[in-house]
Parts: sequence; structure tokens; C-alpha cells
Amino acid sequence: MISSPRPVEPPVGEASAPFWEATRAKRLVVQWCTACERPIFYPREVCPVCLGSSLEWRDSQGRGRIDAFTVEHRPQPSFADEPYVIALVDLADGVRMMTNIVGCRPEEVRVGMEVVVSWEPLTDGRNLAVFGPAPETRAGGAR
Amino acid sequence: MSGPERTLRAASAIVGVADAASPTGELDLHGRALEAAMVKEALDDAGLELSDVDGVCHAESSMAVAEYLGVHPRFTESTMTGGSSFEVHVEHAAAAIAAGLCEVVVGVYAATPRSDRTQGRPSRRRLPAGPNPAAEWEWPFGLRMPMGPYAMAASRHMARFGTTSEQLAQIAVSTREWASRNPRARYQSPLSVKEVLDSPLQCAPLHLLDCCLVTDGAGAFVLTSAARAKDLARPPVYVLGAATAHDHMMISQMPDLCVTPGAVCGPRAFAMAGIAPADVDVLMGYDSFTITALLHLEDLGFCAKGEGGPFVEDGKTGPGGSLPMNTNGGGLSYTHPGMYGMFLLVEAVRQLRGECGPRQVDGAEIAVAHGSGMVLSCMSTTVLGTEATLG
Repeated sequence: MISSPRPVEPPVGEASAPFWEATRAKRLVVQWCTACERPIFYPREVCPVCLGSSLEWRDSQGRGRIDAFTVEHRPQPSFADEPYVIALVDLADGVRMMTNIVGCRPEEVRVGMEVVVSWEPLTDGRNLAVFGPAPETRAGGAR
Repeated sequence: MSGPERTLRAASAIVGVADAASPTGELDLHGRALEAAMVKEALDDAGLELSDVDGVCHAESSMAVAEYLGVHPRFTESTMTGGSSFEVHVEHAAAAIAAGLCEVVVGVYAATPRSDRTQGRPSRRRLPAGPNPAAEWEWPFGLRMPMGPYAMAASRHMARFGTTSEQLAQIAVSTREWASRNPRARYQSPLSVKEVLDSPLQCAPLHLLDCCLVTDGAGAFVLTSAARAKDLARPPVYVLGAATAHDHMMISQMPDLCVTPGAVCGPRAFAMAGIAPADVDVLMGYDSFTITALLHLEDLGFCAKGEGGPFVEDGKTGPGGSLPMNTNGGGLSYTHPGMYGMFLLVEAVRQLRGECGPRQVDGAEIAVAHGSGMVLSCMSTTVLGTEATLG
């Protein structure tokens, strides 16, 4: 298991306060540029395509697909007591984020696997977005 | 060919090199004293004096090292792109020399992570200052640096192209074959694919022996104008092409984990040099991990994207193979003090001068030093050639 609380908790960056506030209600939100009509991750003060600042926050679908992952086989004892998975997840919203894959054994994780967001409490009331296998994946269903 | 990129071709030459490494993994000197020893050795190699130097390159502070050496340069270069910094320095220095800003440029590097630990010296590693997206978006998930990002790239390559752990292991095996011919290499005994696969998994799919060493090491180069290079102590090794590209800082921002920015700067450097991959006699391709070297082979055009695994499978990058790669034993078996790009340049120069003894590639005329910095973030390609390639 990954330790709770984690030895490293994320700071709140200059542009990402709304992201972290939403996690208090276990909502995953993504920043969008309304001029480009494109999603932005990680959050910024300006759009990395047009440098415009007409940005807004929209609810994420909270589901995605694993693009790449690794299993850490020699965890720092302060971080975890057994091998754990770090992955890059491509959200259906069109952005990629780093996360941990939880809710299944590391050897079950595959590139391309469909995953859904779940939440792990941080010490200050915020929550950390981690991902687990999508239910229909387990049932062998479509999507 | 024509165009502005052509202007650096053969405008400058590396005329002196030095490097230090030991089978023990540790060096006696450290810090500025080690850097000064490298500068002295490289200048002696070139037949130049410290008073000839009017340009200084260093990946942390060209000002601090110039002050220590007592040099008052008119060209100063401290670009820091991780392990590819030294190839970037050669590119920038070559451009400065071509533009007439300076004439004799020294680049130097030293790091002693292994003896720092055994001798109890304070680590020089510092966290970046100021706002840091990695602290917010990567560090909480426990990804080991720098190994984790490379393991992710390997997982992606395996899933997309069917690359196997055996194929990655073969890169380590072929590189060790070269190291067995280098008496200064950290590891020289033969290695098998099975031994690589039997070494402990670290960040899966990478095993311990897919990963570079952690050793002391240091090196220096001297670059000067083609005109001045003609009358010095050693045969000039000309800079035929140079290019740099980066497309991310954090691995979570890399556009495609299977395609490095080497796919941009490699072809640019080759075009400037007027060469094709088939013209390369020696490839020094930064091997922080086996997957790193495999990605270079594809991105530089030695094989098609996705075919790196089958390409290396028959050992063609080892001694006697059709593409000698990392002939000093590489970061995997020779030395890796943290930013390995300096050693790519030094070995490429020595191969082109025919100084490599039992590991010499016969008739080597063109060598490529391809540096990789941070987490597959910044690539820089230097194409080097002998006098015979200038025709």
C-alpha cells in the first residue's frame, strides 16, 4: 500500500487553486482556453497555444486510458510497503496527467487499459486524483 | 545543399580532449581541482596554453569556473540541458567561432557522486528554485528520478511495437563488449542477456543492468577555428553539423513517449553535415538506460520507428558489428557521473584520431555524439569528421 498520508503532498501552484478546491468535493476539473477551445494541463495563467488568458474550468469526465506506466519494485519505505504503479493517463477530456493506478494488482495493469478517477485524501482536506480500472474493463465490456 | 544551416559545417574543430574515469568508479580529485586538471590535459593535448583561451563553457557556471582558472573570456556559455549540455556547448561555441566572437573555447565538466558519498562530501544536488510544476503534478506519485520516466517510455515502446526486455538487454550486452576493451571502464567482464534479465527489476520494465552507472568522471574539450586548428598538435576533428531540440521538461508533458526530440535535431545536424545515417562510422548515443539508446537509433534514422528492438538484436552495435555504438563502454559500463554527454564527444574525437587501441573502429571518418538531457527532454546532435570528410 502507498502510505497515507504520503510523504510528499502537492503544493498549490499559482494557477491551480480552482483545481485543488474542486478536489475537496472530489470533482476533477480541467482548465480550458475558451479562445482555442482546447484543454490545458498542467494549469497555467495563459494558454500554451495562444498565450491568451480567457481560461475557464470545466468538469472532467474522470475517465481515461493508460498511455504508459512503470511498476516501482523498490519502494522507498516512507512511500509504500510493496510495489506500486505510476502511470500517465490520457483523459477523455484530451489532457494527460501523471497518477497512481490503484484498485488492482500491478501485474494486471496494461498500456491502453481504461481507468476511472478515484480519490485519496490529503492532510489539508484536498484530495489526490488516482485512477483504477474502469468497471466495464473488469467485466470485459465495451468502450 | 545550401541554406543558413550549412554555415557551421567545418568552421571549427575539436583540437584537444581529456577525460577521467576509473574501474573503481572513484577519482582522487574532485570539484574545481578536477576540472582544472581536465582543462590542462585538454590544452596540452591540443598544444595550446591557458592564455589562448577566450571562451569558456560549463553547465553550471562558466563564470565561476573561468574565475577559478583565471580566464577572462569574451564568449561565455552556461546552457544547462542536463546530459546533453556539452553537445549544446559545442554547437553554440562553433556558432560563436564561425561568427568571429572568439577563437579558442574550452568546455569542462566534473562530477564525483560516488566518492562524494564514500568520502562524506556534501552532495552538490540542489532542488530547482521557484515555482515547480513537478512538485505539484509529478512528485506526489512517487516516480523515481530519473529512472521512472525512462521505464515509462520503455513500457510504451513495448506495448506499441512489441519491443522485448531481451532486445533492450542486448544493448547492455553489446555495450559491455566494448567496455571489455577499455581498461578504464567500470565494468569490463562479459555480460549475457540472461544476466541482465536476472538482475533485479527496478522501475519495471527496466532491470538494474538496463541502467547506467553512478561513478566519478570528468572531461574537457578544446574547440577552435578551422584555420587555427591546422597547425596544432593533433589532427583536427571538424564539427560538420550540430543541432538541438527540446519538447518538454517533465515526462508527463512529453508529446509522444516513443519519439524524442532527437527526431528533430538529428536530421537537422545530419543535413548540415551533408551526411546520411549510413555514412556514420561510430555512433556515440547517450545511454542513460538501454531504452534511451534504442530511441536514438530510431530517431536518428538508423532504423525505422518501432524497429529498434529487432535492429539491435543481432549485436550489430557491438565490436565487429555494422554500427559501432558507444565504443568506450557507454554510460552503461564505462562511466556515468550524472551528465554523460562530455564523454560522447571525447570518445568520438579519439575514434576519429585513431587513438582507441583495441576498441578502435578501423577507418573511422565520421562520428556522431548524440546527447540526451533530463528525461528524454533535450537532445543535441554533434556530427564530427576527419580532414578526409571535408572534400
